[in-house]
Amino acid sequence: MSEFLHMGGYAFYVWTSYGLAFVLMLVLFVSPMIEKKRLIAGIARKLRRERREK
Amino acid sequence: MNIFMRFYHRLASPRHFYQIAGQWIPWLGAISLILLAWGLYEGLLVAPTDYQQGESYRIIFIHVPAAWMSMFIYLIMAIAGAINLVWRMKMAEVVLVSSAPIGAVFAFLALVTGSLWGKPMWGTWWVWDARLTSELFLLFLYLGIIALHGAIEDKRTAGRAVSILALVGVINLPIIHFSVEWWNTLHQGSTVSVMGGSKMDSRMLRPLLIMSFAFKFYYGMILFMRARNEVLDRERNTSWVRQIAEGKAS
Repeated sequence: MSEFLHMGGYAFYVWTSYGLAFVLMLVLFVSPMIEKKRLIAGIARKLRRERREK
Repeated sequence: MNIFMRFYHRLASPRHFYQIAGQWIPWLGAISLILLAWGLYEGLLVAPTDYQQGESYRIIFIHVPAAWMSMFIYLIMAIAGAINLVWRMKMAEVVLVSSAPIGAVFAFLALVTGSLWGKPMWGTWWVWDARLTSELFLLFLYLGIIALHGAIEDKRTAGRAVSILALVGVINLPIIHFSVEWWNTLHQGSTVSVMGGSKMDSRMLRPLLIMSFAFKFYYGMILFMRARNEVLDRERNTSWVRQIAEGKAS
């Protein structure tokens, strides 16, 4: 196991690459979910405001 | 109207696209996750150590699929741009705009993992050779498209402007691809080839291809998620979006 993590002495380069890929792909996945919540909340707020003004 | 035309028209309608994309997202995600797990297993545990580069070459299973994606996504954007300019198809515009940040992320990932591979193998993080420079230019094209789209208030005008930029920039794709042949680059020539056969052990080639398919499905999932948001934003005044916002439909 520790030999695997050691990557023949290239651990820093290999695991930084895989780690960065993981983080970036996670950000790609999470950001549209947050954006969707924000969008729907914004549209709902506008609808409530319109209804009050009527 | 035959079944394909009906499918095309349904996808071209924002409302139906929103529904269909919503159904596809979990499947794309599941396929991508399975392929990722399989590719990582084969790439990190099954594939043998390289006789010249030792274990450092395992960066290839991120680096090459990411670089392929950065070019594949750009090609999709250029095609969407052409469709938008010729047929004024709203959904093509949505695909183009939603793809740009994903393409930028993959171009960035290809550059950084390349750097992390270059340091131990070439002894340098960066050289201004044709392959690296043209890939950096691709990242700037993505950022340019994102910035241009953000700078123009009217969505249709912005869509047309980025369509033109995406089309003009497509000239960079053959330059990236052939850079290792046309110029004397520090970056190696292609190891994987569709036509000429690959110069690679099959235990290394298999995880490379699995990872590249995993990234393709991942892109599909993220593209649909982003495109759905773009549709919600553009159609915010229609009754079906209002219903979703009020929680009557998903």
